[in-house]
Amino acid sequence: MFEDPLVRPFLDDSHAQFYQNCLRFTREEITPHAYAWEEAEIFPRELYEKAADAGLLGASMPEAYGGGGGDIFHLILFCEAGLWAGTTGVLVGLGSMEIALPPILALGTEEQKRRWVPPVLRGKQIAALGVTEPNTGSDVASVQTRAIRDGESYVLNGSKMFITSGVRADIVTVLARTSEDPHGGLSFFVVEKGTPGFSTSQGLKKMGWRASDTAILTFEDCRIPIENRLGDEGMGFLALMQNFERERLLLAVYGHASAEVALAEAERYARERAAFGRSIMGFQVTRHKLARMATLARACKALNYQVADAMRRGESVLEQVCAAKNFACDVALEVCDHAVQIFGGMGYMRESIVERLYRDVRLLPIGGGTSEIMNEIIAKLRGYGR
Amino acid sequence: MKILVTTKRVEHYESKIRINAQGTGIVTDGLTYMINPFDEIALEEAVRLKDEHSAEVVVVAIGTEDATQQLRTGLAIGADRAILVKATQPIDSDVAARILKAVVDREEPNLVLMGKQAIDDDANQTGQLLAEFLGWPQATFAAKTESLESEAEKQKEPAIDLDDDTATVVREIDGGLETVEIDLPAVITVDLRLNIPRYPALPNIIKAKKKPLDELTLADLGITAEPKVTVLGYEPLPERQAGVVVDNVQTLLDKLQNEAKVL
Ligand SMILES: Cc1cc2nc3c(=O)[nH]c(=O)nc-3n(C[C@H](O)[C@H](O)[C@H](O)COP(=O)(O)OP(=O)(O)OC[C@H]3O[C@@H](n4cnc5c(N)ncnc54)[C@H](O)[C@@H]3O)c2cc1C
Repeated sequence: MFEDPLVRPFLDDSHAQFYQNCLRFTREEITPHAYAWEEAEIFPRELYEKAADAGLLGASMPEAYGGGGGDIFHLILFCEAGLWAGTTGVLVGLGSMEIALPPILALGTEEQKRRWVPPVLRGKQIAALGVTEPNTGSDVASVQTRAIRDGESYVLNGSKMFITSGVRADIVTVLARTSEDPHGGLSFFVVEKGTPGFSTSQGLKKMGWRASDTAILTFEDCRIPIENRLGDEGMGFLALMQNFERERLLLAVYGHASAEVALAEAERYARERAAFGRSIMGFQVTRHKLARMATLARACKALNYQVADAMRRGESVLEQVCAAKNFACDVALEVCDHAVQIFGGMGYMRESIVERLYRDVRLLPIGGGTSEIMNEIIAKLRGYGR
Repeated sequence: MKILVTTKRVEHYESKIRINAQGTGIVTDGLTYMINPFDEIALEEAVRLKDEHSAEVVVVAIGTEDATQQLRTGLAIGADRAILVKATQPIDSDVAARILKAVVDREEPNLVLMGKQAIDDDANQTGQLLAEFLGWPQATFAAKTESLESEAEKQKEPAIDLDDDTATVVREIDGGLETVEIDLPAVITVDLRLNIPRYPALPNIIKAKKKPLDELTLADLGITAEPKVTVLGYEPLPERQAGVVVDNVQTLLDKLQNEAKVL
């Protein structure tokens, strides 16, 4: 199943079997509809339930709450397999739970975990993470959405921007300010759909990730019970930082996986397409381009797997994860660009997978912390003073 | 109740099969493998019957150590135990059926469920031969009366009706469907439209590692593999010729009559 000797040591039989399931699901349930869903800028809600029935959701989350009980590589393989359909949007839509649930699992009480996690992993409810705001993205510590304690409840005011799965989300894990302390004043809450004062926008129109819905969430005197606070007041920032580590790794994985799919598409096309009486693979310049794409994809995947493996062992890889994400962005952007070039005019058509990937990967250096912010973190961790 | 199910390791149906330069076999580089899809359907049925009859399900594969992957998948899907009969030599339907008979003699299941054929050689013989060697009744090409989109299928109801002594099986035949009742123990082979096999859940995949998997050799079973069929060589199908566009119906008829000689 896993032939690449650089990859094989990280994976066992359970990964191979799970990957087969993921590939089957992609082939049967996503690929046939990928183009239509991208054009419609949404995929059917039933897909969550179908993916849950196939046992694919929350692969690395604890079995006790309906997860797969696997490790980070099971989750990585789910992302890799899904990308063969050529729509990142479907994956990040299905995957918004992968950023929304960890704060609940990390900070929540037993009761909170039992209440919110299983329905999402069964595909019955959709979960989203609300951190970014209209005026605050990179500078997370200046989040302005406020949660003011009032007796047995909190009253939320503010708004969240660019929230993946926000249009349809049944529960949102929201980062809000409970005191003025920049870092120590942030806390996580769960807000349920239908709570008075909580509203969502229509889906925002995007360059890529089209099959996923992205929304602005608004909280206007939105009153939630104190039981909806995760952990103690002030524990939000640290939990968010831990969440970022996983999220960044997953974005890095989308990078190498997009590169692999773009490469495979380009290889196929280069063999089939003829110009000047021979296949375009016959031009050395094409072969060298493909060779470079293959090299970048391999290096990127190897780094991501090493970082993931260190995470699996429980080691701290803050700096490495930022590096892996940035490298993956560079690789994905370059490789997808070459792939479009190899496709010629066909690469500019929306029906080509490489066209979609080209747009999809443009988000990677922006989402989950921009490349500049990754570099800031790397510089800081390496002790580069001003 | 004990049900024995075969899980043959075959090349994945999406693989591009190429014949090696010497014409002695196929190129295995880059191939992925799976449980024979018909066996997968048999196993799905067995697991549904297991829930209904608290049966024990045993999966069996014949082959090299590699076939343990398919057995582990079988365990993840819901089998309780697995048996690998280790064999490296070529095996035809006849030898496979003899090996399975020896396994049946040891295991004494009430029912053997298997695919009607494997997608590699498409022989469609092993089930029938096994029933013959055992002197057991057989029902081949089991199918479901309801469609695969039906409520019964959504509820994962078994299509084969079992009681202590008999099995009622709907069979696919040329003219439609036929229902037969056979005495147990018996061999049932399954067709495509019996059920939709499930995805093994990840926790079950992980736990399958701990389920028992026994290995037997042909010597343990007292069998010497003497295939009746010897493969002399493999040849690729002739490349498809490019088509021609004809101007009118008359030319088409001419060509069909005089060149293709099909009219
Ligand atoms: C499709 C999509 C889905 C998203 N999904 C979610 C989601 O589900 N949940 C969520 O909470 N958020 C989500 N986001 C938001 C995303 O995380 C933010 O867009 C991202 O963190 C960047 O923040 P910003 O857009 O406010 O950019 P800004 O912070 O305004 O940055 C603008 C530019 O300034 C640069 N910059 C900022 N600070 C520095 C600095 N110190 N040094 C150098 N350069 C700097 C940035 O690198 C960037 O180039 C999503 C965004 C998109 C587009």
